[in-house]
Amino acid sequence: MHVHFLDPYHAGGSPIHRLDARVKLALTLAFIITTSLVPFGAWAAYILLFAIVLSVELLTDLGIAYFFKRAFLALPFALAALPLIFTVQGAPLATWSSGAGTFTISVEGVERVVSIALKSWLSMQMAIALAATTAFPQLLAAMRALRIPKLLVAIFGLMWRYLFVLADEALRLLRARAARSSASRDAQYKTGGAIVWRARVTGGMAGNLLLRSFERGDRIYDAMAARGYDGEARVLPMPALQAAQWLILGGGLAVCVLILLLALLLA
Amino acid sequence: MHHTIEIRELVFKYPDGARALDGVNFYIAPGEKVALVGPNGAGKSTLLLHLNGILRGEGSVRVAGMEITPSNLLKIRAAVGLVFQDPDDQLFSPTVFDDVAFGPLYQGLPEAQVRARVAEALAAVRMQDYAPRVSHHLSVGQKKRIAIATALSMQPEILVLDEPTAGLDPRARRDLIHLLRELPQTMLIATHDLRMVAELLPRTLVLDQGRIVKDDATRAILDDEDLLRAHGLEKP
Repeated sequence: MHVHFLDPYHAGGSPIHRLDARVKLALTLAFIITTSLVPFGAWAAYILLFAIVLSVELLTDLGIAYFFKRAFLALPFALAALPLIFTVQGAPLATWSSGAGTFTISVEGVERVVSIALKSWLSMQMAIALAATTAFPQLLAAMRALRIPKLLVAIFGLMWRYLFVLADEALRLLRARAARSSASRDAQYKTGGAIVWRARVTGGMAGNLLLRSFERGDRIYDAMAARGYDGEARVLPMPALQAAQWLILGGGLAVCVLILLLALLLA
Repeated sequence: MHHTIEIRELVFKYPDGARALDGVNFYIAPGEKVALVGPNGAGKSTLLLHLNGILRGEGSVRVAGMEITPSNLLKIRAAVGLVFQDPDDQLFSPTVFDDVAFGPLYQGLPEAQVRARVAEALAAVRMQDYAPRVSHHLSVGQKKRIAIATALSMQPEILVLDEPTAGLDPRARRDLIHLLRELPQTMLIATHDLRMVAELLPRTLVLDQGRIVKDDATRAILDDEDLLRAHGLEKP
């Protein structure tokens, strides 16, 4: 039994699946950069961006609900922006006083928080679309092709490879604990143990996992060194992009620039 | 006492729909010691995880006279001691004592009883002197013994072991076989070590592709070279 649920990739034959990974990665990055550069409160631009995400999602054949559900993972991070509704100066929306002082919610502050939440939600969805339609090895190859530092790509690759090993190991630890979590035949005793004791056991499990990961890291490095690893992974070159793929890449980038210009003009 | 294992029409599907267990049936009588053999990926470990309700499939699993249900899971786990293949998965506490004491402590036994149980379990695997040691630094053979002690400290009626001799040197393997012979529990052992099976376990179940393809006396199975070859095994 292995942990399957971690891999976001869903095999498929949709146009988005078939698009070259380099084009997908470049366009996703361009989309996310555009989204973050669009000024706060440029609602028309947000609608355009949302329309793009939506059409990509529809083209993947995975169903929109899949993306919406996963994109909520980004919301806790957007919460970090929440204090802005109080700290940004502007037209007051509501004011109240308490013992600690006076709090004022400003229109500009609300606008900024909503914008940040929307931006992270849109960016997240595009990233999910990329991960769901591109197998991870392809994504790594695309990162190399886009000249992302090789060491960084190697770290991503190893992390991905051993994340599953680690998750499996954690699953087996949890099972081993469950197998010994039992009730005495003598019904007078209360099962479960003290909360401090249980916390200590969990700490022991985490420590066990850390020690084993550490040792595994050493063994992996030895195995790589034994095969001539010198800090640089060499891979076969990717085939050149076809004209149609260049066209999609160019078109996508142009759309991003246009949206950005439009948003700046409107603001 | 009901040291029995009774499995009827057990089916277990992976999330992707593949059938890991495809209608498994067998009965193990009190005190019997039985081997479970078969190629890698046959479903042996998956089957063992059903015996104390870590995995739940369709069909019926009765152990120690109880049908496994969510409400009696904790009782089942006290009755069935499961020893995992990799002792590092089982030994997660700072010291050997803590690991062996986990079961009794979880059961809420008073301290004197916990200490007695630990001493008894460590004595059974002849590791009395190791209680204060750090599990992480022990040899594989020693870890295996401690892992068995962690199950014995719950005083189970049934002992289920996954690949107990894997990775052991000949002496550690020999010691382990002697140890398993001495233990009185009903036993089901999943293994590739057919020499141990011949020596220790009078009855053998052959599992392949999620089904019991043969259930017979160990001698009869080990003499049937065609059967062994067909299921990825080799006459010892």
